[in-house]
Amino acid sequence: MSRAILSVQNARRLFDVSKPWLERRLSGEGRRYVHAVEEISLDILAGETLGLVGESGSGKSTLGRMTVGLLAPTAGHIAFEGGEVAEAARAGRLQMIFQDPFASLNPRWKVVDIVGEPLLARGGGGDVKQRVAELLTLVGLSPVDGEKYPHEFSGGQRQRIAIARAIAGEPDFIVADEPTSALDVSVQAQILNLLRDLQRRLGLTMLFITHNLAVIRHMADRVGVMYLGRLVEIAPTRELFAAPRHPYTRMLIEAIPDPHAPKRDRAPISGEIPSPIDPPPGCAFHPRCPLAFDRCRRELPKLIGGVACHAVDEVEPRTASPGG
Amino acid sequence: MSEPLLEVDRLGVEFVTRHGDLRALDGVSFSMAQGEILGLVGESGAGKSLTGRAIIGLIDQPGRICGGTITFEGRRIDNLRSADLRKLRGKRIGTIFQDPLTSLDPLQRIGDQLVETIRAHLPLNAAQAREKAIALLGEVGLPAAADRMRAWPHEFSGGMRQRVVIALALACDPSLLIADEPTTALDVSVQAQIIALLRRLARAHNASVLLVTHDMGVIAEAADRVAVMYAGRVVEIGPVADVIARPWHPYSRGLMGSIPSLREEVDRLTQIPGAMPRIGARPEGCAYAPRCPKAEPRCRMAAPPMIEAGPRAAACIVEPAP
Repeated sequence: MSRAILSVQNARRLFDVSKPWLERRLSGEGRRYVHAVEEISLDILAGETLGLVGESGSGKSTLGRMTVGLLAPTAGHIAFEGGEVAEAARAGRLQMIFQDPFASLNPRWKVVDIVGEPLLARGGGGDVKQRVAELLTLVGLSPVDGEKYPHEFSGGQRQRIAIARAIAGEPDFIVADEPTSALDVSVQAQILNLLRDLQRRLGLTMLFITHNLAVIRHMADRVGVMYLGRLVEIAPTRELFAAPRHPYTRMLIEAIPDPHAPKRDRAPISGEIPSPIDPPPGCAFHPRCPLAFDRCRRELPKLIGGVACHAVDEVEPRTASPGG
Repeated sequence: MSEPLLEVDRLGVEFVTRHGDLRALDGVSFSMAQGEILGLVGESGAGKSLTGRAIIGLIDQPGRICGGTITFEGRRIDNLRSADLRKLRGKRIGTIFQDPLTSLDPLQRIGDQLVETIRAHLPLNAAQAREKAIALLGEVGLPAAADRMRAWPHEFSGGMRQRVVIALALACDPSLLIADEPTTALDVSVQAQIIALLRRLARAHNASVLLVTHDMGVIAEAADRVAVMYAGRVVEIGPVADVIARPWHPYSRGLMGSIPSLREEVDRLTQIPGAMPRIGARPEGCAYAPRCPKAEPRCRMAAPPMIEAGPRAAACIVEPAP
């Protein structure tokens, strides 16, 4: 069993979306908050890839940003190897790869400067050019690409540049937030293969965030499923896909169109995700859940044994193997 | 065999620029039968959306149709005047675009938009049009349809808006729907609902659907046949199950292999080296040859013709029919 490198404890993040003060006074309204992340606790183990999956508004990106120190939790605590996340971030031990490689690279900088910046920031001195050339080779580009600007590259190549920059400072932990969602499938396959190779070679720990279940199944060792700011299920990837327990996880797996196994005549799931400003009481999933009963409408289910669901809780004996 | 509803024959579209005329579509041919759902799949820049837009005469400047014909319900529509095209759009051909927020007028109530569309094309009075609009909203699964007539587009969620757009597209009982990435902006659970709805309504109205998407999963669930596009050409066309299970063209095979599966575990995804050539930089001969593991010198000589085998066809002179 490997040790936890990053530990999230009861992390919570609200965003203030109130109207301006005067409007609030005139209409007699109070402040309003988006509950982006609600009381999440999880550990990320050294060397693993933890996948976070959920639909838009589930809070997965907010959680990802908190783990690299880009956002501070409103309440709760996130520790990196027992210390503060902000400190580890300053030391360059945490890095992030973003979704849109057209927005994440400075268009006025040459590639060699983009990739070399983290090296200089750490006082790398020495032969930065040489190191950048190595990094570019490592991500499948050519060393001469260093003299070019981002606009000269395709989306997939730009994402390779972003990856080279992320690994330049030899971080311990990388958050990849939808790194292939803006790419075409054939290019997505290249980037996913590259990330897996790099992770194995460099022994990286990774938090991989995506809405695509097939991608997460391919990339992650363990998967956490989020719904409206809460973690509803977390399990090793194989277990989660072989025997999903939370009704929402089952629904998600059922809903994905898979060209390798199309299913045409299934009953589609009803309803849409409620607003995170005003989440339903009790279990947030109850309005869409086929198993919901009274308790679900009143009481928030706790994450017990990797799943937060009253129905699963009451039906499944605690010691039994997951499934059923 | 009855006459096809839509026949696209060697369609070419070019963009006139300072750097010369750029060929965006090059000899695109396919036909659709009444009631059929044809998927048009490809990566960005393959020309799938442009094909859909060319059919309804909505190519952005400086693009223009530079060759081939489009025949719809027995008459040519590629050379119609814009007034005639406008009549055709909305009435005989409905359209559904990716972003429901941009296809609805934010300053007009849902009901008014529907009634306006209906009355523009059908000889109905206001009360009859209203009745039809309510029926349509009910049909696309909007609860309490009569009350929702007075709602504004911003009051709806993305999935609900896309339902309204589908109602608008179906308002005049068109025989062809062009759906361009209709589910791409939606979450997966909502996406499944919209695909099912589209299939059901197309059947109920006996409308054909040209389903343009990059998502092979959506095609697999919704379409009867699929046309795979690459660099402005159709490289393979055939029944969905065949193309997915036994892709013929090397590009289709690479595309299928690069999609991670929910069901099976693979250590590495099949990787197609490089990227699709940009418009204006397409090589002579088969545009896929530079990335193709099976390419031979003769592939680079001339654009390969479509080779037919039963219901399937592919533009590859190397690979034998499966």
